[in-house]
Amino acid sequence: MKLGNLRRLAALALVVVLPLSVTACAKGGSTGGSNSSSGGEITMWTHNAGNAGELGAITKIVDDYNGSQTQYKVKIQAFPQDSYNQSVVAAAAAKKLPCVLDIDGPNVPNWAWAGYLAPLEGMDDTLSKFLPSTVGKYNDKTYSYGYYDVALTMVSRKSVLKKYGIRLPTIEQPWTAAEFTSALAKIKASGDFDYPLDIATSFTGEWWPYAYSPMLQSFGGDLINRTDYKSADGALNGEAAMKWATWFRSLVTEKYVPLKSGADPAKDFVNGKSAILYNGTWTAVDTRKKFGDDVVFLPTPDLGSGPKIGGGSWQWGVSHGCSDPAGAMDYMKFAAQDKYVASVSTATTNIPATDAAATQVKGYEAGGDNAVFREYSKKFAELRPITPGYPFIATTFTKAAQDILTGADPQKSLDQAVKDIDDNQKSNNYFQ
Amino acid sequence: MSNSATLKTPVTPQTGVPAAEDKVAPTGRHPHTVALLMLLPAAVLMITFLIIPIGLTFILAFTNARLVSPQPATFVGLDNFVRLFDNDTFWKSLRNTIIFAAIIVPFQSALALGLALLVNVKMRGVNFFRTVFFLPVVTSIVVVSMLWLFLYQPNGLINAVLAKFGFAGPDWLGNPNTALIAIILMSAWQAMGFHMVIWLSGLQTIPGELYEAADLDGASTFQQFQHVTWPGLRQTRTFILITITIAAFALFSQVNIMTQGGPLDATSTLVFQAVRTGFQQQQTGYASAISLVFFAIVLAVSLVQRFLTRDKDAR
Repeated sequence: MKLGNLRRLAALALVVVLPLSVTACAKGGSTGGSNSSSGGEITMWTHNAGNAGELGAITKIVDDYNGSQTQYKVKIQAFPQDSYNQSVVAAAAAKKLPCVLDIDGPNVPNWAWAGYLAPLEGMDDTLSKFLPSTVGKYNDKTYSYGYYDVALTMVSRKSVLKKYGIRLPTIEQPWTAAEFTSALAKIKASGDFDYPLDIATSFTGEWWPYAYSPMLQSFGGDLINRTDYKSADGALNGEAAMKWATWFRSLVTEKYVPLKSGADPAKDFVNGKSAILYNGTWTAVDTRKKFGDDVVFLPTPDLGSGPKIGGGSWQWGVSHGCSDPAGAMDYMKFAAQDKYVASVSTATTNIPATDAAATQVKGYEAGGDNAVFREYSKKFAELRPITPGYPFIATTFTKAAQDILTGADPQKSLDQAVKDIDDNQKSNNYFQ
Repeated sequence: MSNSATLKTPVTPQTGVPAAEDKVAPTGRHPHTVALLMLLPAAVLMITFLIIPIGLTFILAFTNARLVSPQPATFVGLDNFVRLFDNDTFWKSLRNTIIFAAIIVPFQSALALGLALLVNVKMRGVNFFRTVFFLPVVTSIVVVSMLWLFLYQPNGLINAVLAKFGFAGPDWLGNPNTALIAIILMSAWQAMGFHMVIWLSGLQTIPGELYEAADLDGASTFQQFQHVTWPGLRQTRTFILITITIAAFALFSQVNIMTQGGPLDATSTLVFQAVRTGFQQQQTGYASAISLVFFAIVLAVSLVQRFLTRDKDAR
């Protein structure tokens, strides 16, 4: 009897140990492969598997680089955007990060703090020519650069604004808060549109902090106090933030914007359901196709502290613990040339990061149709808070903004958000 | 088992158990060994993907572990649970989960039984209807959720149909009062085909003679259902009750795609809150605490159900 038990125990031990040894083998294998790049091969991850234009432009850079020298060979692996961040976090946990990877701008401080990213050395001169919002910095070190930025804009039609006697705002003289509200009221009163304004509330994820925290900043509030990034108290629940929250909710109660936009707000705008569309500059292609010269891309209104728009899009960096940092840095320097900034921006129709590249991208040359987008980025772009706590702040703000828009008590929602953010910053020892 | 001799030596003198048991399998293929070998693949998978994660959840729930952090996790005692029980969203999620389960279990099983009775007749084309009713089940829940997202829009198909009858439909998913109901309706529609098939299999185990006898006794259709069909479905009932309850507690995909827990937490559920906290907000320890509470609740409900159903079986 006892013997049978013993044998059973041994078998059980085997069953328990086996999976562990399998994982141990897998780990052993990966360290043997030294961070997935050996023999001068540099692995590169990108989020744009679903974006043929951008992926094509990146592939061209890599091909050029591989052809330009024989020491290193860069190999691209493309991921769909939705699962990209999880893949990177999982790879980091398994210590299998690729050498070169792209990162969504606001995540750079989080990943730099977590030790995923290595600082970019010796590129300060090159990167000083890039738009500030396209360079990822944390604690005085540069970790990433991007080829392009995107600007937020109020899309409308000259003919529509003229019909209701609304002034065409300029970059020097944007709409004031009062002007903006009266414009919305005029359009609403006419009854010609389902809604005078569409702020694309149907978008999910990073769109909410990206699009609506600039409005909060334009009122004079912010997501967190930026002097020491320790607390959001006063910034996110102070007087200015309350003004923003009340105004934000009033857009819905006055029926100026739909509580929930359609699945494709740009399509609704093109089909004449809304008179003004708050969206990224990526809508320029489709709206121009429909309205031609009539469509205008206006600066966002000045709600008190000047117009603000979100800054920082996808950027490139080098992983910490890359087995061949010299090779990875070599590629990063090669890839930062103006012609590549131009080619990626052309492929994505986004705002090129450098002046020299702008002259080569159709629409962004001096006096070009899109040149004004670059002006918006230069003048109004505000980076999202540069703290490793940003992903938490972003989701907390999103929830608060959604609740406020639906009709929750603004002060209570904002106080709760401040408490949550402060708790998180504190429990991480302020990311020291 | 050549090395069994070495194992034997320290054991046999102490206990005096005869080695006869070993002689059963002279080839070394002891029945137990075979059984264990056959168990091995399933056991490896279960342990790797079920037992170890559950064990980790128990440990992580008492730490401040984070998804992305250069600092190692430290034990924080019951801190996560104190924060959790102080969190309004948690109580709302718990309430929503319970409401969802309490409504969908009777609603969905009744609808499924109705469908099963409808397609349990012998006539031409009944297979067509069985297939149609089963179609939503084989469609991915993500696709179904996206479709219903469009149906539920303020100017969507459902409201357009309501308008034809003179009703002004609400903004189903945008209104805190209707969002959960909207998700319940859609979930029941999606899953009832599956339970229809289970009911159907139960119905077909009831011998036809019973119905013939009931007919001869002059029982009406309803009396037949009450005294023949319903008692004959006892086993099926138990199975359906348990599977729907477990599925109801695990509500996540529909919420994630259609409402993200909103508006005003009206559709937040425990699983959704755990995923949001663990992945988007990177608080692994806190999310583990939510999962642990969820685990305890589901365990309690399952035990109660088991107790109730076993009681009936014994009678």
